[in-house]
Amino acid sequence: MSSARRLLIIGGIGLALLGMIYGVWYAVFAEHQELDGMGKSLATSFSATAKRDSLAAGEALKEYKELKYAYDRHVDVHGHWIGLAMILIVLGLAIDRAFDERVQMLLAAGLMAGSLLFPLGVLMQTLNNGPGPRALAVAGSALVIVSLAGMTLGFARARTGD
Amino acid sequence: MTDIQSTSNARSISAAGAGFAAMSARRLLALGGIGLILVGMLVGDLFAVFVLHQNAAKVGESLSGAAHAAVSGDANAVARSFKAVGSFLENRGTKVDTHVHMIAFGYLALMLAIVQPWVALSEGTRKKVAWTFLIGSWLLPVGVFLIHYVGLAYSPLEAIGWASICADFGGTLVVAATLLYLLGIARHLRQPGRAQMEDSLLKDRSSAGRILLAGGLALVLLGFFHGAYYAGADLYRHEALDYALLSEMSIAATAKNAAVVDAALGEYGQLAGEKAVHIAAHAHSIEFGLLAILVGFFQPYVSLRHSWKRNWAWALLLGSLGLPVFVLLELKLGLVAGGIADVCGLLVIVALVAMWIGIVRYTGELDAMALLEEGKSG
Repeated sequence: MSSARRLLIIGGIGLALLGMIYGVWYAVFAEHQELDGMGKSLATSFSATAKRDSLAAGEALKEYKELKYAYDRHVDVHGHWIGLAMILIVLGLAIDRAFDERVQMLLAAGLMAGSLLFPLGVLMQTLNNGPGPRALAVAGSALVIVSLAGMTLGFARARTGD
Repeated sequence: MTDIQSTSNARSISAAGAGFAAMSARRLLALGGIGLILVGMLVGDLFAVFVLHQNAAKVGESLSGAAHAAVSGDANAVARSFKAVGSFLENRGTKVDTHVHMIAFGYLALMLAIVQPWVALSEGTRKKVAWTFLIGSWLLPVGVFLIHYVGLAYSPLEAIGWASICADFGGTLVVAATLLYLLGIARHLRQPGRAQMEDSLLKDRSSAGRILLAGGLALVLLGFFHGAYYAGADLYRHEALDYALLSEMSIAATAKNAAVVDAALGEYGQLAGEKAVHIAAHAHSIEFGLLAILVGFFQPYVSLRHSWKRNWAWALLLGSLGLPVFVLLELKLGLVAGGIADVCGLLVIVALVAMWIGIVRYTGELDAMALLEEGKSG
């Protein structure tokens, strides 16, 4: 097994496990609380409006906005880590069809690093609203895109046997 | 004449077929996996045509009901409207989950089929695990689909109904089967002095396989590009607009200004539609890309002419590209684009059925050869 294949397959399985463990943690400790909170804060806001209590309505809407911001990112992190893990494993099985070993390793390392960092940056946005987490997510997704573009080009140009 | 009808090719089938013999674990997982993806996609197409828009309209009506109840100062009606929103969202959510889980389990089945030669378990055990996986893969989505209809009827538990119990049991079977296969792979890796394994699927360099691999990866790339563009250009604007429109509704309802509430509701509906099509286009592009790559591996087992294998590969890619593109165009072209997207989805289904039939033909010939050999020895 080539180093690039090993990195992609073992890294992919590791990332899938990370995504699943994170998903279990999220489902048990955060998801239902966030969903309940979103539903309740929205209903509370409209009920407060019906009672002409603008202050309570505004507070409840702010709570809804913050919960939805975190909920969307938590779900995205879970989905992207597992989705990227599947892509890593599948590409690990196919990578020997094209490229020399040095290019294989470069693309595999870029894809692996990007797949880990991009969702991590998104997750960190729930803890810190500053530019750091956003920069990490952008850098991670750029690494994924550049590596995938390189692989696409290589597979499209690979020789066929028929 | 197909690729494998000649006598010389028959010998190569015999070798390649060793891992794809009648009712082998790899064969069960490959055919079962594509079957799951096909049914999942069909459920998705039916959902898109008969449920999605109707359900979105009902959610919109209920939200409008809540906003107008707030205008008239009826807090009880607000609560009733939000209860209705919850019920419609649950109905929608379970249908989406059925669609997504069937396809995801199909992908997992195909991946497990590819790695079968590296699973150090006896063929009998691998077959039993494959059946366990497939039974679980059907139980979970069927259970999830029934949650909305069965509810808590005859349930022994307070909060979880029979459909949920059935779905959870299915999920447990899938997890157990996947863990057993991982255990098998770990056993293989621990074997001292294990020989370098060669596998016909990984060695394949056919043009149909290359088209699907490169085309599938291009679709994944396109999906990522679109996702990155959406995150950079629209995500934060949409999040801010979501909050701003809800605030506008609340302020206008306090002032009993029904016209402004209606305008904000209209914009909120448009925003929800915009977000939904962007997410659907992003997700479908990547998922179809992954599907193309996965079925690309199985091209050696598709018993069709080379030219037909290439045609079906292009058809699958064309449908896979068309669906997300026309889903996005729904914002500008409305239901016409939605209809074309559904046709593209159907094209992917037809191409997948053709490949599935090709695999069944291949295994059918293997079965015939096995029977012939049995007859000779008998």
